[in-house]
Amino acid sequence: MSTALPAGLPAPAIEPLTQPYWDGTRAGRLVVQRCRGCGKHQWGPEWVCHRCHSFDLGWEEVAPRGRIWSWQRPHHPVHPALNGHGPYTIVLVELPDADAIRMVGNLLCPPDAPVSIGAEVEAVFEPHDAATPPYTLVQWRLVGQSAPA
Amino acid sequence: MTERTLRGKVAIAGIGETIYYKHGQSPDAEFKLALQAILAACEDAGIDPREVDGFASYGGDRSDAPRLAAALGVHELRFSNMHWGGGGGGVAAAVANAGAAVHSGMANCVIAFRSLAQGQFARYGRANSLASVSGDDAFLAPYGLMSPAQRFAMKITRFMTDHDIRHEALRAIAMASYHHAQTNPRAVMYGRPLTEAKYDASRWIIEPFHRLFDCCQENDGAGAVLVVPADRAKDLPHKPVYLLGAAQGGHHRSAAPVHNAPDYASAHFKTVARNMWEMAKLGPKDVDIVQAYENFTGGVLLSLVEHGFVDPSTANDVLSLDNLKFDTGKMPMNTSGGNLAECYMHGLEMVNENVRQLRGTASNQVADPQVAAVLGGPMVTPVSSLVLGTEATL
Repeated sequence: MSTALPAGLPAPAIEPLTQPYWDGTRAGRLVVQRCRGCGKHQWGPEWVCHRCHSFDLGWEEVAPRGRIWSWQRPHHPVHPALNGHGPYTIVLVELPDADAIRMVGNLLCPPDAPVSIGAEVEAVFEPHDAATPPYTLVQWRLVGQSAPA
Repeated sequence: MTERTLRGKVAIAGIGETIYYKHGQSPDAEFKLALQAILAACEDAGIDPREVDGFASYGGDRSDAPRLAAALGVHELRFSNMHWGGGGGGVAAAVANAGAAVHSGMANCVIAFRSLAQGQFARYGRANSLASVSGDDAFLAPYGLMSPAQRFAMKITRFMTDHDIRHEALRAIAMASYHHAQTNPRAVMYGRPLTEAKYDASRWIIEPFHRLFDCCQENDGAGAVLVVPADRAKDLPHKPVYLLGAAQGGHHRSAAPVHNAPDYASAHFKTVARNMWEMAKLGPKDVDIVQAYENFTGGVLLSLVEHGFVDPSTANDVLSLDNLKFDTGKMPMNTSGGNLAECYMHGLEMVNENVRQLRGTASNQVADPQVAAVLGGPMVTPVSSLVLGTEATL
């Protein structure tokens, strides 16, 4: 499949703290931190639970659905890989099923599509198989849209 | 128990700055710019630079305090301090840290400064070209979220959408800075006025609320203030300008990773502003002039709201150019041109401007001001702000 943005943007470094997330996305699963002490989800990854201070943080799959909490559409290319690409859409997605944690990704839509705060979105796993090591990003599309633009 | 406060305990006795240059155009090295600004502040205060015994800065300043102390031949270094966080979030904090050092007796005569020659180093508005990124950036950069404008834009989108605030309110903020720069010969944008038509025709940096003129420039230069105990300031050449209140930090988990701050659509001043007003024993209605750090005009809106200067429900009306002008406005703001149009000196130029205003020597002099606030760089954490006053306010 095609990718939301051109090749050449930085790849995510897979670090000890974050590896379970990236293992999950490779398998097409959205996996986030969940505290075994208090049962709450947290994001982004941290060594300790910010609520109960337990270091016993597990990783659990959550429903790959959410709501657009906010958005932006950059035009100015801040990285050489984006030169000439044109505007693209970034969304902040709230996951109501996972204690309202938020994730950042691209909304798969035409560059002039209207964006609504509160709109329902679902995850689209975007593999980068040619990368070393390979990784998979999580993008978003409006619920009810069959194929990404 | 004696009250723990900086109110009226320390004063700014001297201010200094270099010529302000467009990005990359300083003929001098960044460290030399720092030296020039510091020497100017000492001269302004009538104090021998060798008497300086402390340096406070912020934003990862590259002009190292021990090197400054050696270069200037200071008798002894008693305080060196760098405030955490990037950009101008720490501008007021650096002044306050200098004040805290002086008031506590750790030092006697402390410079708070910022030096910046970005032409000699990396640009803020351009991402580096690493093959991979770690930490928070691993969850942001692959999606094309890299620059400061992009880090903050979704706060602005959400706040302005929630409160139905129009882009014209942000335009007024940009217009005020450019308007004031036209009568300030120090300003980088002196002689380069901005019109509504020019603003409206400027290109998008980020939709829906960042046109070109909503975004700060990048500049070269340095600025410095000299902080001394209040008692000493009385014997120096200028009318002392007293620190009335200062605070720094951020609200609960404002720096939560990957844009997960519970109260996200914020400049991060909610607790900081409260603490500053509490120390100052003042509120926004007591302020004659406000300098509000513009990294992006949307951040100014949030800063003004969180300090109580603007109610979101009336922001569309209150934020008009006329209302922000130094002479006719109800809320004179960014009276020297601010970051957008005087110089992006990470807000240090705003501290200097308030000192000039309270001395009565500003280019765009507000009539008889007594209290003047600096709201530091918004939307980072930690943020900081301060309020200054004349002797009459003590």
